[in-house]
Amino acid sequence: MLPSIWFLLWGLLWAVYFMLDGFDLGLGVLSPFLAKSETDKRIIYNVAGPFWDGNEVWLIAAGGVTFAAFPTTYAVMFSSLYSALMLVLFGLIFRGVAFEFRGKVDSPGWRKLWDAALFVGSFLPAFLLGVAFANIFAGIPIDENGVYQGTLFTLLNPYGLLGGLLFLMLFLVHGALWLALKTEGELQERAGAAAKALWWILAGVAVAFLVATWYATRLYMNYIKNPLLFSIPIVLIPVVTVGALFATRYFAGKANWGKAWVSSAVTIVGATFFGVAGLYPNLLPSSINPTYSLTIYNSSSSPLTLKIMLTVALIFVPIVIAYQAWTYRLFHPKVTQEDLAYEEAY
Amino acid sequence: MDTLLLSRLQFAAATFFHFLFVPLTLGLSILIAVMETKYVRTGDEEYKRMAKFWGKIFLINFAIGVVTGITLEFQFGTNWSRYSHYVGDIFGSLLAIEATAAFFLESTFIAVWALGWNRLSAKAHAVTIWLVAFASNLSAVWILIANSWMQHPVGYTIRNGRAELTDFLAVVTQPFAWHTIFHTLAGAYILSGMVVMGVSAYHLLRKQHVSFFNRSFRMAAVFTFVFAVGSVVQGHAHGAEVAKVQPAKLAAMESLWETKQRAPQYLFLIPNEKEETNLVELGELPGVLSLLAYHDMNATVKGLKDFPKEERPPVTITFLAFRIMVGLGFLFLALAFWAFWKRKNPGDSPLLLKALLLAIPLPYIALEAGWTLAEVGRQPWVVYGVMKTSDAVSPIAASQVGVSLAAFIIVYSLLGLAAFYLMIQHARRGPEAKEAEA
Repeated sequence: MLPSIWFLLWGLLWAVYFMLDGFDLGLGVLSPFLAKSETDKRIIYNVAGPFWDGNEVWLIAAGGVTFAAFPTTYAVMFSSLYSALMLVLFGLIFRGVAFEFRGKVDSPGWRKLWDAALFVGSFLPAFLLGVAFANIFAGIPIDENGVYQGTLFTLLNPYGLLGGLLFLMLFLVHGALWLALKTEGELQERAGAAAKALWWILAGVAVAFLVATWYATRLYMNYIKNPLLFSIPIVLIPVVTVGALFATRYFAGKANWGKAWVSSAVTIVGATFFGVAGLYPNLLPSSINPTYSLTIYNSSSSPLTLKIMLTVALIFVPIVIAYQAWTYRLFHPKVTQEDLAYEEAY
Repeated sequence: MDTLLLSRLQFAAATFFHFLFVPLTLGLSILIAVMETKYVRTGDEEYKRMAKFWGKIFLINFAIGVVTGITLEFQFGTNWSRYSHYVGDIFGSLLAIEATAAFFLESTFIAVWALGWNRLSAKAHAVTIWLVAFASNLSAVWILIANSWMQHPVGYTIRNGRAELTDFLAVVTQPFAWHTIFHTLAGAYILSGMVVMGVSAYHLLRKQHVSFFNRSFRMAAVFTFVFAVGSVVQGHAHGAEVAKVQPAKLAAMESLWETKQRAPQYLFLIPNEKEETNLVELGELPGVLSLLAYHDMNATVKGLKDFPKEERPPVTITFLAFRIMVGLGFLFLALAFWAFWKRKNPGDSPLLLKALLLAIPLPYIALEAGWTLAEVGRQPWVVYGVMKTSDAVSPIAASQVGVSLAAFIIVYSLLGLAAFYLMIQHARRGPEAKEAEA
């Protein structure tokens, strides 16, 4: 029971991370295309500024919980995905530093440097996390000792790349909607138009990914095998996710950016759960031999650790959600040109 | 070079770099919180300008601390997967608790603090920096509890081919952890105080922003003095704890080769690791090492030769790191005492100001030396007495680690240069003029 609860929490942490950091990663990739002036750029930095750091901690929490609840999975997963993860980490370094450093020197060259860092540092995590998760869904070549028998290029298979593209598109739409929600005038119009246009590509990629998933993974088989266990999520997740995906476009069409963004958030959470639930009880399937797969049973921590961690999570995660929600309310107003005059703005 | 050596170099580089930026945030957040509280209490705008000026330096450090911290957390999995598998039950949960209980708080509220000057009341805004200060220090506490478990594992049993937790309270309450926590935090506070005094000295020597930097100086002088004294007193007890639980580290710290009753302390000593002896031993103080380590002049101190060769830490590095840390610690005590003495009118003592300005890099060296002592002195163990570092490394290709190590060195060097450039530039420019407050 405890390992299953932690499996659920594990999926939840990743889903929340993608939902939150997804929009500022997407925004980082979009910013060179949507910003037509220095003012636009600074508005974009300020739109993501109050949130990126708190959002990124969900990744630290997801990583930490993998380590704490499923240490063997943490060990095998992270060492197998070595080069991909390093690129994600370097990306996140560039992204975070770009926020803090860009405005500190008044020189166009300096700002250009950090704009480039923001773009690369947002693109790499968005794309590679998708590659990583698609490969986890499909299984990776790990042997009976949990040793990875492949390279970085093994991960860059067609299904992995499609997963990368799917994450990228999800985050781009999510980021464009956030920008439309938080700005006014021309920048808002450009962001809204981008969200609507990108949605069609997202929808196409999502269909392709779901079809490819049939051939590349055992996710659907897993659902069919455990109909009772998954009767709820199998109905709920795809229906809600697909519904939310269409709702995203519907609300974007009506220029109701708040509802469109929430729909996009639900799509991301639903998509994550669809994939993660399809793995159960695996955490990291082996493509060499299913018996080498890491599951919630053969890779979990001791019951005592799981219990202590559950207590910690049940106390602190709601508190975290409460104060993060408060900051989203605090920085709720749109960012306008006048706001940039404030000394502490980026 | 093999995966093990490359991974060790990479982890060392990543930790050293992380530890160049984090200590300043631990102490500076407290000082800024005090400044802002004074602003709220007195309504004196200068305190607000102080909080903002030092806050910018804080933010630069904080950003680097965050992004390099994630890298550290992930490296346990990428480079030390066998370690992660073996001790994740205990070590992993401590890291996860740090993230959920402390790091979220810190990261969320630092953004509120930095961007919320006009959105919150002065009082509520001051609360946010207190939350940041509390959370950063709490975060350090959890990380140091995890590190102390590697130094002195307790509350576990070996079951199912790994270390499993049996007593959580033992892990979080063990004396070794609290010694480490106090000593590291005190070191971080000294560094923060010395940086504030050093930057203040720069401006006071030029007789600019005098009132602003007099106030900053006075606060930092008191802060540094308290922790310089505390760290020396507690450092002694810390050393005695090391003698008790890590005898091989103690022997290496002192380059003591033969087991001795009434072991002496030397005023000057050069170890000769190859010959397993000391090249030079001058100024013998009989029984002093026994006294310092065990509070008994006649106690027996175990020498390195009584540890199997493959279980001894590298002696020269451990020995030197210890000497550098302790030597600088006493220098800071002297400087802190001097600064505390002159805190009312530091401008009258240009010599003190010059010394403090020149001393800015020294606490950084002392902290890195202390860290080296703790980590190198623990070798060849990754978990003292339980798991060797050589058994902890991931089964991955050396070429992969070679590439990432090169990337770390390049990226971190550039980041470090940029960060220190920004800090120095901001520190030199001094506070903004009394601007029309937005």
